[in-house]
Amino acid sequence: MSEFMAARPAPSVPAAGAADQVAAEAAVRQAPGDVLLDVRDLRTYYPVRRGLVQSVARAPRRHVHAVDGVSFSLRRGEMVALVGESGCGKTSTLQTILGMVKPTSGTVTLDGTDITALSERQMRPLRRTIQMIYQDPYESLDPRFRVRDTIEEPMLVHGIGSSRSERLPLIAAALEQAGLTPAELFIDRYPHELSGGQRQRVAIAASLVLSPALLLADEPVSMLDVSVRAGVLALLDSLRRDADMAILMITHDLSTAAHFADRIAVMYLGRIVEQGRAADVVRDPQHPYTKALLSVVPKRDPRDRTVPQILTGETPNPVDVPAGCRFHPRCPIATDRCRTEDPALRQPDAAAAGDHLAACHLA
Amino acid sequence: MTAVTQDPALAAEGLGVPAHRRGVFWTALRQRKSAMVGLFIIIFFIVLAVIAPFISPYSATAQTCAVYAPPSAQHWLGCDDGGIDMLSELMQGGRISLVVGFAATLVAMVIGGGVGILSGYFGGWIDSALMRITDYLLVIPSLVFAIVIADIWGANLLHVIIVIGILQWTSTARIIRAQVMSLRERVFVKRARAIGSGNGRIIWRHILPQVAPLLIANTVLTVAIAIYMETVLAFLGLEDPTVTTWGTILQHAFDRTAISSGAWWAIVPDGFAIAAIIVGCFLLGQAIEDSLNPRLKVAHLSIRRWRFRPLVGRGKDAI
Repeated sequence: MSEFMAARPAPSVPAAGAADQVAAEAAVRQAPGDVLLDVRDLRTYYPVRRGLVQSVARAPRRHVHAVDGVSFSLRRGEMVALVGESGCGKTSTLQTILGMVKPTSGTVTLDGTDITALSERQMRPLRRTIQMIYQDPYESLDPRFRVRDTIEEPMLVHGIGSSRSERLPLIAAALEQAGLTPAELFIDRYPHELSGGQRQRVAIAASLVLSPALLLADEPVSMLDVSVRAGVLALLDSLRRDADMAILMITHDLSTAAHFADRIAVMYLGRIVEQGRAADVVRDPQHPYTKALLSVVPKRDPRDRTVPQILTGETPNPVDVPAGCRFHPRCPIATDRCRTEDPALRQPDAAAAGDHLAACHLA
Repeated sequence: MTAVTQDPALAAEGLGVPAHRRGVFWTALRQRKSAMVGLFIIIFFIVLAVIAPFISPYSATAQTCAVYAPPSAQHWLGCDDGGIDMLSELMQGGRISLVVGFAATLVAMVIGGGVGILSGYFGGWIDSALMRITDYLLVIPSLVFAIVIADIWGANLLHVIIVIGILQWTSTARIIRAQVMSLRERVFVKRARAIGSGNGRIIWRHILPQVAPLLIANTVLTVAIAIYMETVLAFLGLEDPTVTTWGTILQHAFDRTAISSGAWWAIVPDGFAIAAIIVGCFLLGQAIEDSLNPRLKVAHLSIRRWRFRPLVGRGKDAI
């Protein structure tokens, strides 16, 4: 991490020149492709298990509101970072887009096709286009599969290549694309013979072999050693630049998000509370939750002693979402209106850019 | 790619087959004397059963000596009530007993493994339905059930195999189900599903190889139970009277007054053979099972391995 932090100014420091440079870069790289993924008002509720007594007593069915009205879109070649604390519904959002969890309501449109309405069987050919990279590379590879088997499996499933010899060059190409060169050195190894970073690259290679249009990454570097994070993130970055992939990445690390992502969406309790271009969100946060998150990002300059704004209280239980603004119990500036009226995601008055949205009455 | 695997440079780096890839069985055997003993006993009886027709000294069906003739230089284990050489009869009986044991175990493992995997993998109503059937069979008094079925269907080798098979799969199904339920939640299985793999492919390629060692440990243990069950059924007269098994030898000796005539040789060697094969299967099966369960390796979590150690004579380090 320190590697790229040193190479470029950290965007979290609102030094005027540096931030402008980041903004300019973002503008250049955001040569907007067409919209690939469009998520509209997505809701995913998990039923809470009732005990026998409760179900006999006809207690009302309760639900965990894991994803509660999430809307955003993703263009080809764009990287969006989804940030937020644990349990706010980031992973559930990804799982729903991937089709592993059926949404309660809302739509996920991939390249013009509504994939929420598709059955598992209809979905199968489309699985080529959406690939997922998991957080823990120690768990996501079958321990009994050699690297070549892991990468060959998606091809077998989707009928790519008719024979082993035909698939072998594709396996090697995917490995080298994922930065494991020379491929011959890795192709016959087992996962336990690889380092964490290498395993994550194998997992990425197994996705690349299908040449997906959309890559979902669930904290792809959080389990990796700091020294190899930068490399894996740079690989993802090059994929969306060179291969025009759209990447939706979950991260806890705002400086990573600010550095690599085009746009940042901040989630709180199942909903996006702020989204906009990475530079705008980081430099000029509008929602009090985003401000609190940013205030605890370590500063590059130790003399910069901004007081970290520690939020009080716990995240509310997603079974009983607070009325009004869902952030109001922890918000330092909440008013009476916040306790009753749920704010919509809109462009704040103070926001400079047109595509910078926040769900706050006071922004 | 064979060139790569045989690359001496890679092998020198230790990138060849790593120790634990050689399989849990080999490790289990190497680490435990009991496993070696068990394996030796099992192999001994299997080899004996295979070569029995060539080395058995006399016919296993025709009379070759006097009724209940005691052990002698010609007839090492004496003769039974029909004047048949006991040693030859024991060898012949072992063949059938082992075949029944292994065949019944195969039936039990196919049903138990199948039910366990389907139940654990699919969950929901499939799990509920299959587990209710399992529970039902689990609480049926198996011996009574076996007697009733064997009686209704008639005494026949195939029927005995089927009866033992359908009675012995339940515990295997439960163990496999528990394992599959935890495997199903593993990330690599979820990843396989996200790639688009169908259920059949996931079960065959990801689940089955992971539960296979457990299934094999259960197989060895079930062989012991199946041989025991066969003996019991035969002793109760529910085995085809025309075939010779270790069970029918016991039954004949018991029915035809071997005990009151003092002809211990008609009972003891046979009982010893049955006990030996069962002990052998348990030693091997438990060794494999132990090596699969890392909890059992930690002394304070193990139910099998703790023991009192005297403080005397262990120096001042002893706590």
